Amino acid sequence: NSGVVCLLRPLLLDVVPSIRQTTALALGRLADYDMEMAEAIVKAGILPQLICSLPEENRYYKKTAAFVLRAIAKHSPQLAQAVVQCGALEMLVICLEDFDPGVKEGASWALGYIARHSPELSQAVVDAGAVPLLVLCIQEPEIAVKRIAASTLSDISKHSPELAQTVVDAGAIAYLAQMIPNPDAKVKRQVLSALSQIAKHSVDLAELVVEAEIFPVVLTCLKDSDEYVKKNGATLIREIAKHTPELSQFIVNSGGVAAVVDCIGSCRGTVRLPGIMTLGYVAAHSEDLSMAVIVSKGIPPLCASLIEEHEDHIKAAAAWALGQIGRHTAEHARHVAVANALPTLLDIFVDTHSSEDLKMKASRFKALKNILQKCTYLPALEPLLHEAPPTIMKHIIGQFSKVLPHDSKARRLFVTTGGLKKVQEIQAEPGSLLQEYINTINNCYPEEIIR
Amino acid sequence: AIDEDRKAKYKAAVKIQRWFRACRVRAYLRHLSQMATLIQKWWRGYLRRKNLRETVERAYFIKKLKFYNEMAVRIQKMWRGYYVRKYTHSFYALKKYLKAVSVNNEYVRCELQEYAEMRENEEKMKDLEKKEKKKKYEARKMHYLLSTEQIPGIYNSPFRKSPDPMELLLRKSKPLTHKKQQVKSPLADELYDWPTCKKPPAFVTALPVLPADRQKPQGPFRDPAEVLRQRYKPLEPTLRVRESMYSAPAKAREATPREEWRSSIHDNEFLPFSSYHKNYEKYVPSLCKSGKYGQEAYGTKYFREVYPEKWIADKDFETMFSSIALFEKFGKAYSSTGQIV
Repeated sequence: NSGVVCLLRPLLLDVVPSIRQTTALALGRLADYDMEMAEAIVKAGILPQLICSLPEENRYYKKTAAFVLRAIAKHSPQLAQAVVQCGALEMLVICLEDFDPGVKEGASWALGYIARHSPELSQAVVDAGAVPLLVLCIQEPEIAVKRIAASTLSDISKHSPELAQTVVDAGAIAYLAQMIPNPDAKVKRQVLSALSQIAKHSVDLAELVVEAEIFPVVLTCLKDSDEYVKKNGATLIREIAKHTPELSQFIVNSGGVAAVVDCIGSCRGTVRLPGIMTLGYVAAHSEDLSMAVIVSKGIPPLCASLIEEHEDHIKAAAAWALGQIGRHTAEHARHVAVANALPTLLDIFVDTHSSEDLKMKASRFKALKNILQKCTYLPALEPLLHEAPPTIMKHIIGQFSKVLPHDSKARRLFVTTGGLKKVQEIQAEPGSLLQEYINTINNCYPEEIIR
Repeated sequence: AIDEDRKAKYKAAVKIQRWFRACRVRAYLRHLSQMATLIQKWWRGYLRRKNLRETVERAYFIKKLKFYNEMAVRIQKMWRGYYVRKYTHSFYALKKYLKAVSVNNEYVRCELQEYAEMRENEEKMKDLEKKEKKKKYEARKMHYLLSTEQIPGIYNSPFRKSPDPMELLLRKSKPLTHKKQQVKSPLADELYDWPTCKKPPAFVTALPVLPADRQKPQGPFRDPAEVLRQRYKPLEPTLRVRESMYSAPAKAREATPREEWRSSIHDNEFLPFSSYHKNYEKYVPSLCKSGKYGQEAYGTKYFREVYPEKWIADKDFETMFSSIALFEKFGKAYSSTGQIV
């Protein structure tokens, strides 16, 4: 294979333009297929030759050269660095100024693949002056150019707030926001992903994105027929909601929560994940917002996803979101408990002991604990008594001990359902918190019953 | 013995004197300290009496302040409790807000549902239209399956009560003509689709298509396409002979596409307006010979006068110069690498 590269090398400098173009195409396809080929091409020093004559060439050559650069840069950061060091960025920027849409598409695709790998490479792309040209590309009428330019901007801005700020300063947000209602699904995917990468870094950027008046329009994306459009739309809303309570409030006011809840209900799999996290973030900020999530019927889809999904991280996210909703006051915990979420949570916590990451277990445990600490809805706690492991049992008994001294009906219920018997069966070390709780419960009842 | 007695009395006297002196000194010291206390007492009393007013005022003021603070705290406590209960954590406002949120959610859900339905409908419409178009095209292609007077077609079986819908479609559709499809030659499309010159120059599409299996003639021949291009290059006359492009000689010289000339039924071209020939097809005289008041006689009737006695050399100076051949050929000689400049 290295023989091929050496043979192709002199053809690049041939007099006939179509030979040069075909050679470039061949190199591009070789590099595209395999990483070692790409490395061989870089080592053979072909890139400077490819690039040096680029401004005078015709548009087919420029398109093919951009294809070669893209094919090399996509494999690894070191190859992308090698491409940058050959001075490819200036040439690609020159290609971006070309009239032909195909050339623009190829150039911005190559820039996108370069910028994808690391913040330094993105910074190099930005320093070459690509961002204003990319913003111009977005305004082009061709769909493919728009799509690729949006994906490149998304790759540039995902690394750091300064890069995102550079993209914003070039005025990208307005154009990206205008493209959201576009009928083409792939364009929408990239536009939404670009906006979410910009919004995720800081509150100011998120506010800028919101000020571009995306709000009712983005909700229509959540109803799109394409799965990834829904996912990216939910990601965008999540990135906005997670910063401050005011932004979450704004999202709730514009009906975003309802749309997200519907979206979760209609999707399956990893597509649900950003939606679930959005609900969690909104509910986490304050109890009013959490109540708003409950009122928008947010809990049933979360429970459903807890039960149905197979992936661990989605279940963990759903458990976390339920924890955020239920942890504020007794009222919230009651809503969560009424929706029958607690047994499911307990089951998951108990079941997947062995197969799970310790961190996920810890976060699920915290969710369960948070809800339980506020839950005064005894009928929901009863079934848990029978199955819970000791760590959870402590909290359940604690809750019982807080409620039972004051409520006589509950006490009667507790005895009739066999809860008191279960409590007696629990072995606890004397002096521990558990023992104290048990004592409190026992003190509510006359001696005969206890025996 | 008397000596000891004397000594004893002496010691006793010393003791008594000592004691008495000590008493006197003590009394004196006591007196001094009492006087000092007296002085200090009077002095302190004087000072206090001097600052009595201020001290009392200050104490009174502090007492009042403490009281007012207490009362203020009580008022603030009541007010803050009221305010928080009524406005900040207002239960009723929260309830109203939640109701408003759920109403808004319902509205948003309706709208989104409508939007989704609209999109679905659009997609369905698009599909339907595509199917319709396909069916119509099929009907046009298979027009020969239409039934005639004598022979029923396959869609019009005599055992059916009424003809098949396909039959009706066949009846409605126009048969496809054998019009040669406008095959855009890929060469024309690629090389000449620049934004500044949209149409390819006429001579490119006029290349005759050579048979594919024609054997390439051996020898150092140039590519036939290039040769033909060179052969049929249009004439580009110099400015000297440039005329209006509507005048008859210009039109005659213009390279009429061969097919058009062949296929048109009559030679008079279609005139865009009914009185076109009156207004636009006026006789346009040659630029060199026409003047404001009619045709100039110069050049036909007379020429510049000739004064042989004024000639310096044997002949008159040149009135017209031949064009410089090299400049005429600029950019047009076919030996450049085939690029269109």
